[in-house]
Amino acid sequence: MIPDLGAYAVEVSLAYLVSFVVIGALVWSTLRANSKTKRELDEAEGRWRNE
Amino acid sequence: MSLWEYANPRRFMALTDRIVGPAFVLSGVALAVGLIWGFFFTPDDFRQGSTVKIIYLHVPSAMMAINIWVMMLVTSLVWLIRRHHVSVLAAKAAAPLGVGMTLVALFTGAIWGQPMWGTFWAWDPRLTSFLILFLFYLGYIALWAAIEDPDTAADLTSVLCLVGSVFAFLSRYAVNFWNQGLHQGASLSLDKEENISDVFWIPLLVCIAGFVLLFLALVLMRTRTEIRRRRVHAITIRERAT
Repeated sequence: MIPDLGAYAVEVSLAYLVSFVVIGALVWSTLRANSKTKRELDEAEGRWRNE
Repeated sequence: MSLWEYANPRRFMALTDRIVGPAFVLSGVALAVGLIWGFFFTPDDFRQGSTVKIIYLHVPSAMMAINIWVMMLVTSLVWLIRRHHVSVLAAKAAAPLGVGMTLVALFTGAIWGQPMWGTFWAWDPRLTSFLILFLFYLGYIALWAAIEDPDTAADLTSVLCLVGSVFAFLSRYAVNFWNQGLHQGASLSLDKEENISDVFWIPLLVCIAGFVLLFLALVLMRTRTEIRRRRVHAITIRERAT
């Protein structure tokens, strides 16, 4: 199943690995910031309504 | 219905709430199909061997790095001309994604360049303009972080975006201006003779679609986050005032 990458196995694998890490970090940071600000806004609006 | 109606944050939030989820799912499907197809089921190039498989990451990320700046240019112009906050927040939201895409393009290019050119880096017109674009992305983010007043920050970052757009266009067209660089010409062309072989081209198109959809999902989600952050800030100021 794994293709034979021949003499360039390290280069190709490294390119894929680093790209996945960078893209994964972008997705993770986006989702994390989204849920954090959503929670903060719910709390702030809750306080505002109670005042 | 006018496009400008979506400059209203409430309308923007309502519309994007319906788009983000499907865009994430479609991007995941397109990326999985494109990358699996390209990595496992395409042949090696007769000259470049298996390094041609890097094309499925390098070309889409490089295209996105340039086009994200162009998108930021358009939204910054909308801010400067029509003063729509959602527009400039979309530019702010896109910048970290541009950094990521430029980083992927530079890294995969260097890794690809070493066995093909014998060096990780050369001061080639396209590589150099890409590096400058990367620095402009970092400068844009730093400028937002350095200025406290949001409208002043929006004004100054928008002007920086206009200046940086020179390098975005230079990155795109550098290979057409100068022929002496190491970097090859554009991989994709409408001219059948110049375009890469169909066996690489079709999975590459699927990967490009995946990157575009992923960017759409992420930039909309990040813009929503920026809008919420502004709202929290406004409530906090009102609380302090009362």
